[in-house]
Amino acid sequence: MSNIAVTDAAALPTAAKPFLTRLGAGFVNRLVIIVPYLWLLFFFLIPFVIVFKISLSQTAIAMPPYTPVLDFSDGVSGFFAGFRDLNFDNYVWLTQDALYFKAYVTSVIIAAISTVLTLIVGYPIAYGMARAPATIRPTLLMLVILPFWTSFLIRVYAWIGILKPEGLLNQLLLSLHIINQPLVILNTYTAIFIGIVYSYLPFMVLPLYSSLEKMDYSLIEAAKDLGCPPTAAFWKITFPLSLPGVIAGCLLVFIPAVGEFVIPDLLGGSQTLMIGKTLWNEFFANRDWPVSSAVAVILLLLLTVPIMLFQQAQARSQEQGK
Amino acid sequence: MNATWSRFNVTSIVLGFAFLYLPIVLLIVFSFNESKLVTVWGGFSTRWYVSLFHNQGLMDATWVTARVGVISATVATVLGTLAALTLTRYTRFRGRVLFSGMVFAPLVMPEVITGLSLLLLFVAVGLDRGFFTVTLAHITLTMCFVAVVVQSRLVSFDRSLEEAAMDLGATPAKTFFQITLPVILPAIVSGWMLAFTLSLDDLVIASFTSGPGATTLPMKIYSQVRLGVTPEINAACTILIAVVAVGVIIASIANKRREVQRQLDEQAAQRG
Repeated sequence: MSNIAVTDAAALPTAAKPFLTRLGAGFVNRLVIIVPYLWLLFFFLIPFVIVFKISLSQTAIAMPPYTPVLDFSDGVSGFFAGFRDLNFDNYVWLTQDALYFKAYVTSVIIAAISTVLTLIVGYPIAYGMARAPATIRPTLLMLVILPFWTSFLIRVYAWIGILKPEGLLNQLLLSLHIINQPLVILNTYTAIFIGIVYSYLPFMVLPLYSSLEKMDYSLIEAAKDLGCPPTAAFWKITFPLSLPGVIAGCLLVFIPAVGEFVIPDLLGGSQTLMIGKTLWNEFFANRDWPVSSAVAVILLLLLTVPIMLFQQAQARSQEQGK
Repeated sequence: MNATWSRFNVTSIVLGFAFLYLPIVLLIVFSFNESKLVTVWGGFSTRWYVSLFHNQGLMDATWVTARVGVISATVATVLGTLAALTLTRYTRFRGRVLFSGMVFAPLVMPEVITGLSLLLLFVAVGLDRGFFTVTLAHITLTMCFVAVVVQSRLVSFDRSLEEAAMDLGATPAKTFFQITLPVILPAIVSGWMLAFTLSLDDLVIASFTSGPGATTLPMKIYSQVRLGVTPEINAACTILIAVVAVGVIIASIANKRREVQRQLDEQAAQRG
C-alpha cells in the first residue's frame, strides 16, 4: 500500500507495440493477462455476485444456513423458476430495525471525523518531511512506512494498555497531578478516533508527502517577496497544490474506516455501533448469513462512489507516472 | 535547504514519530515485565517468553500462520507481478477498466466484505474451510498489493534496455529474465515481503475463511486479547515485531547495496 502514491515520475518512452508481441509471442502475451484476470474474476468479482444472491435467500437451520436460490441443480428451467423464490425480506428487515440504519450512519460519521483528524495530524508530518534535507528524507520515509509493517492488531492492542482506566496514560496524568481521577477513554468513541488516526496515519502521510515533495517551493518565496503572509501563502499555494495527495489520503483512510471491525471491537467496547461490527456479529454470533450478506451489499453500495473516486485517482497517478 | 526546515517542521516530525512509535515501544518494554499486571512495572524478566514457548496452542497457530504466509506470498508475488505487467504494458485490451478496477478495489475494500464474500464462494463451490481456503483468500488480497508495488517500479523502467536486448537478438523470454526481471527484482522482493506481512497480520479475512485446525496467530491473539491484556501476548507481539523489523532492515540494506553497486557499474561503464 505504501507505494501507491509514491510512484516514480520518470519519463518513459511509450512503446507503440505491446510487450513481447514484436516477436509474435502472442500466446505468452495472452497468458500474462489471462492468469491474473481469471484469478480476480473468480476470487474477487464472482464472490460479490454470490453475496448478492444469498442476500436474497432465507435463513434456514441447515449447513449452509440459508435456502438455496437461483440454483442450477434443477436445470435451466429450475433456475428461472427460482426467481419466484427471491425475496427482499432481508432488506426490508434492515429498514425496519433502526439499529442497522444507526450503525450505517454512525460508521460514516466516525469515518469522516477520523479522516479529518488524520489529515490534521498527518499534514504537518508530511510537510516537515517534504521540507527536510534531501539526505535524511529516505530515512524519514522508511520510519513512516515501518509501523505499517507491524501488525495492525498489535498496534490496536498496544493502545488498550495505554488508554484503560489503570493504564499508562492515566498513571502519567495522575502522577503529574493534571487529573485527580482516571479519565475514561477506553470503550468510548474517543478511543475509536485515536485508534483510527493512529492505525491509518501512514496511509495519509505517504500520498501527502509525495505530492508535497514535488512542489516547487520558489512559489512560496515569490509570494513572500510580494508581501503575502505565510498563512495566506499556505492556503493559496501549498494546500491547493497538495490537493491530489489530500484526496488520495482521505480516500485511503475513509473507505476502510467505514467498514472497520478490529478498532471498534477492541477499543470501542460493546456499546459502539459500527457496521463492520454489526456484520461480524450477524455472521458469527447470530449465524444469519442472508442478513449479513444484505448488510454487506448495502455497505458496498454506500462505498461505491468513494471507491470509484479512488480508482480514478489511482489511474490518473498511473498515467502521470508514464 | 536547512534554512527552510523550520523549527515548526522539526517539532511536527518529532511529535508525529513519537505518536507512531511510543505505543509500540511501550508494548515491547512491558513484555519484559516481571509483574503479571501489564501496566505496572515489576522488574525485568523474560518469563513470559519462556511461558510463550510452552503454550502449545500459540505455537501451532504460529506454524499455521508461517505456512499460509509463505505459500500465499509466493503465489501472490507471481500473480501480482503478472497483473503489474498487464497494467503497465498492455494499454489496450477488452476489459482493461474492469481489470484495473479489480486490482485497485481490494486495496481499500473493507475486510469484512472481502472475508464474507470469499467465504460464501468457498461454501458455494463446496470447499471445506481450512488451511487451503485461508491461503486462497490471502493470495487474492495480497496479489493486488504486490501488483501496485511492482507496477510503480515498472512505470519508471527504461524500455530502451529491452529494445536494445531484442535488437541484439535476445528472445523475449531471455530479455525478460535477463533484463526486465533483474531491474524490477527489488520491487518484487518488497512485494513478497509486503504480501507476507499482510498475511501474517490478517485477522478479519482469516476468521471468515478459516476452519477447524487452521487457527492463525492473529485469530489466537485476538481471542486472548478479548479476555484481557496479558504480558504473554506482549511477548508474542514483540517477537512478531522483531521478525518483521529484521526482515525489513535486511531488505533495505540489500537494496542500498545493490543501488550502490549499480552506480559503480554505471560509472565504470561510462569510463569505458
